[in-house]
Amino acid sequence: MATNPETDLPPTNHDEARRSFLRQSSLLTALALVPGPVVHAASAELDETVAAAFEKMPLKLEINGKKYKFSVEPRTTLLDLLREQLHLTGTKKGCDYGQCGACTVHVDGQRVNSCLSFAVMHEGKKITTIEGLADGDKLHPMQEAFVKHDGFQCGYCTPGQIMSAVACVREGHADSEAEIREYMSGNICRCGAYANIVAAIQEVKQGGQKV
Amino acid sequence: MNQFQYVRPTQQRTAITAVAKDPNATFIAGGTNLVDLMKRGVMTPQKLVDINRLPLTKIEHQKNSLRIGALALNATVANHQLVRERHPLLAQALNAGASAQLRNMATVGGNLLQRTRCPYFYDVTLPCNKRQPGSGCGALEGINRMHAIFGFSDKCIAVHPSDMSVALAALDATVLVSGPKGDRSIAFADLHRLPGDAPEKDTTLEPGELITAVEVPDGHFTRYVSYYKVRERASYAFALVSVAAALDLDGDNIVAARLAMGGVAHKPWRLAAAEQHLIGKPATEASFRQAADVAMQGAKAFKHNEYKLKLAPNTIVQALKTAAAA
Ligand SMILES: Cc1cc2nc3c(=O)[nH]c(=O)nc-3n(C[C@H](O)[C@H](O)[C@H](O)COP(=O)(O)OP(=O)(O)OC[C@H]3O[C@@H](n4cnc5c(N)ncnc54)[C@H](O)[C@@H]3O)c2cc1C
Ligand code: FES
Ligand code: FES
Repeated sequence: MATNPETDLPPTNHDEARRSFLRQSSLLTALALVPGPVVHAASAELDETVAAAFEKMPLKLEINGKKYKFSVEPRTTLLDLLREQLHLTGTKKGCDYGQCGACTVHVDGQRVNSCLSFAVMHEGKKITTIEGLADGDKLHPMQEAFVKHDGFQCGYCTPGQIMSAVACVREGHADSEAEIREYMSGNICRCGAYANIVAAIQEVKQGGQKV
Repeated sequence: MNQFQYVRPTQQRTAITAVAKDPNATFIAGGTNLVDLMKRGVMTPQKLVDINRLPLTKIEHQKNSLRIGALALNATVANHQLVRERHPLLAQALNAGASAQLRNMATVGGNLLQRTRCPYFYDVTLPCNKRQPGSGCGALEGINRMHAIFGFSDKCIAVHPSDMSVALAALDATVLVSGPKGDRSIAFADLHRLPGDAPEKDTTLEPGELITAVEVPDGHFTRYVSYYKVRERASYAFALVSVAAALDLDGDNIVAARLAMGGVAHKPWRLAAAEQHLIGKPATEASFRQAADVAMQGAKAFKHNEYKLKLAPNTIVQALKTAAAA
């Protein structure tokens, strides 16, 4: 596997600065796109309906074994909560419409597309993301297998593929190549690493390790 | 996405009242269709009534039917022992839909009520009578590859996208609903509508009516069944054409048959005349081909979906062959 020195290092200050610049600048862009009078009206005449709609809701979640309390707008998706508020950016936004699987996480152990789900709908549930899969420094067997079999090229779909692959084995849907391909079809790989992804899953399944 | 109020009632009555009294309120279950449509501005509810705390997930056999709660997940239903044993056609149809992740979120009620995937419906900058009554049907003279060949009107040529519904139509299911005026049950064939002059109405449900369960009657279609779905890739795509076929065979003789098609009309398209035609015939390709010819009577294509006039009968034959060989 070709290693990329930049991504193998922990985030530098430079990376952090870049991320927060992007966050701020996208907020500024968003504000700049709203016509002045609208912003003004929204703040000046917060009538009851608007106020109610703007209201944030309390939300408790357990994410990767840690308990969190949030205050979120109901329209925040689980994906945006993970990425924007917790900065757990391992979970990717590919399409944002349920069509690619890059955003796959586990909710109470079941794989779901976090982009098509409002965070508030998961009150009290346990979420596992790619960041929560490894045991400290020890990679999860599925992560090991993806590395060994080159189960990726650009890597963008990989967190979703791995979360889905773990669930696929746990569900008992990894008994043959055909079955793996069918039950992994919710994860699109634009680089076409499918053959190696299937090989990685088969190795984990046949190795019989606990996943 | 527009902002909205969010409530999470634990009582069915409260949920129904919340939607019945507010024309801008809507139920949300798995969210896999509604969230998508809200992100695109196609649906803009001001209030979401999350029904996931209502006790509607049970799957149980009672009297002469299998009762499936409206909040049972598509994956749970597809893998359920009772469903696989008694209604393998339903399990096959569910597994042919969406992806493993989406089936872990999607519910039975939401699946039945998912909206069309017509690109004109999805794009708020284009005309669509279903989304915006009176704006015209963009697909009629536009790109209509995916569109209907049966039952359309000059107001709308969209198709219903649900796979599960095609199987439930074939199996003569009943939909149980509860609304502001009480409970009622709807024969599956009467749940979805044809577009006519009101394509904005997908179903015959009244405002505030909540689907509580689906009942599938016991029958003899436990073995010779096939849900045959043709799509543009092997998996994770909507049907171009799909066929739910079920046979009751005595040796080679067809005692009874059930047939419904997806991807061809505004609702699951039951092929009653073709079913009749099959009764008493031998289960051979020749019989299946004749039944397909009967089924296709009255079909009419548009500029880009003429292929369906060939694909649909071929899929019927293939589904029946697969069912007979099961
Ligand atoms: C990428 C992608 C691919 C897909 N592929 C397929 C496919 O191949 N085949 C297929 O069949 N489907 C497919 N789907 C659609 C999927 O099956 C539906 O989105 C899903 O079944 C909807 O269920 P839900 O519980 O998430 O509904 P929601 O999105 O929560 O709700 C849908 C609608 O139903 C209403 N509703 C929900 N439950 C009830 C109830 N109990 N009573 C009254 N109203 C209710 C809601 O108000 C809403 O209007 C696909 C979806 C995506 C995103
Ligand atoms: S980002 Fe969720 S499926 Fe593509
Ligand atoms: S590795 Fe590039 S998209 Fe899958």
